[in-house]
Amino acid sequence: MDWIDFAIIVAKGGILVNAMLIAAAYMVLAERKIAAWIQNRIGPNRVGPWGLFQSFADVFKLYLKEDVVPAAADYRFHALAPVISIAVAITVYAVIPWSDAVEIGGRMISLTMAPDMNVALLVILAMTSVGVYGVALAGWSSNNKYSLMGGLRSSAQMISYELSMGLSIIGVVMIAGSLNLVDIIRGQSAGAWNVFYQPIAFIIFLVTALAETNRAPFDLPEAEPELVGGYHTEYSGMKFGLLYLAEYANMLASSAIMATLFLGGWDIIPFLDDATILGLEPGSLPLVLLQHGAFVGKSLLLVFVFIWIRWSLPRFRYDQLMNLGWKILLPLSLANIAVTGTVMLLLNR
Amino acid sequence: MANVTTNIESERMTFWERIYLPEIARGLGLTLRQMFRPKFTRQYPEERWEPEGSYRGRPVLVQEEDGERCVACGLCSRVCPALAIEVRAAETDKEKERYPELFEINMLRCIYCGFCEEVCPEEAIVMSKDYELVFGSQDEGILGKEKLLIPVSQLQDRLEFLRQWR
Ligand code: SF4
Ligand code: SF4
Repeated sequence: MDWIDFAIIVAKGGILVNAMLIAAAYMVLAERKIAAWIQNRIGPNRVGPWGLFQSFADVFKLYLKEDVVPAAADYRFHALAPVISIAVAITVYAVIPWSDAVEIGGRMISLTMAPDMNVALLVILAMTSVGVYGVALAGWSSNNKYSLMGGLRSSAQMISYELSMGLSIIGVVMIAGSLNLVDIIRGQSAGAWNVFYQPIAFIIFLVTALAETNRAPFDLPEAEPELVGGYHTEYSGMKFGLLYLAEYANMLASSAIMATLFLGGWDIIPFLDDATILGLEPGSLPLVLLQHGAFVGKSLLLVFVFIWIRWSLPRFRYDQLMNLGWKILLPLSLANIAVTGTVMLLLNR
Repeated sequence: MANVTTNIESERMTFWERIYLPEIARGLGLTLRQMFRPKFTRQYPEERWEPEGSYRGRPVLVQEEDGERCVACGLCSRVCPALAIEVRAAETDKEKERYPELFEINMLRCIYCGFCEEVCPEEAIVMSKDYELVFGSQDEGILGKEKLLIPVSQLQDRLEFLRQWR
């Protein structure tokens, strides 16, 4: 690895982190706009044209806010929790296959930090599980009963839904025969997207992703009417900002993973080979850029679905959440694996 | 009680309602449709709302060419449930003989009930259309005569509305 490779990696890191922060800022704006439209309102429209700079004003405000740490809080963990949350979110971004590799000056360059990692899917699953430490620590270190309840709920929810999420992915992994995200995408590029083979797994993954990112209708860790602000009740200033940012970053990451696993990743047209249809050379720059656009488009569409669901459905009760997780999603995902395995065996694939 | 028929919500649900997903899809469809409906939000500082004559905004004193109508009888101050009005009477050479030397309404106390207007024998205090009441301090919230006196020409809507019900 010479210094050019190193510079490329640093540049990619810078691009990814900044893109993530800006994307999160605009997702907050999108969330507020969509919520407003669903409620027949207009939404933020004062800061900049069409309210486009609202999020930056909010972040600026958060920076100016006093950083209050409760006297009885364990201040080291109190400060560590948001860092864990955001660090985990950023780590997941490193393995998401944002684009195919393109050859420039004899080097294969793609926008992904760690392309072709053979255990990328495992890394993602592991990282999202670590993410719960951020929430649980935030709740515990605040020394506030509501925060603690929020943290505990988050851990319980995470444990229950992690299982079904992992199991729902297994079907996809069986079809692709690999844990490498790029291989999974290539497997879908020519044929049908996995959502057609694995519709049940897709729905299970969507539901568990909602629960993993603590989004409504599974936002029990921060259920405002019961727990004040949940795990971030005692946070203020940019620490609160980081927790908030991590939530949105996770949302985009989940959407991107869903797009990768089920919606063909960067494949533009389902069932057909992009390169031959569009008349572009496989691996050429315009094709890769188009595919990158398709991938981002799919991810953003799923982000819209996340937001849309949040403003449509009421929150689950805690026992309903557990029932759904253990009695419905888990058996369903196990059955899905069994059926997938049987069919694959019969078809001799 | 062996043959009690239960009529619990959950038992009346059909299978499709119980598996939840179709109903979720219907709910999502509703919110999606809602997104494209027209909005009614008023862009407040630019688009202001002009109230009708029946609107009860800030109570004000009616000012004629030769000064206020008020004869300082003190009825409004007496009837005010929030004890917001203070009137101090003084003599004048005019035909009405009395006038308020001091007339103060504490807008932090006023509850916009309109009793003062109703009780006034001279139609001298009426509710205006002014709803933008902002004060920088508690003292600023106590309005004296200079802020309360409004020329009668600006209060025609309210006076006409009041005559309808006299
Ligand atoms: S409107 Fe009611 S509360 Fe206000 S000054 Fe008149 S009588 Fe008092
Ligand atoms: S405003 Fe009317 S009720 Fe009040 S003191 Fe004057 S005349 Fe009397």
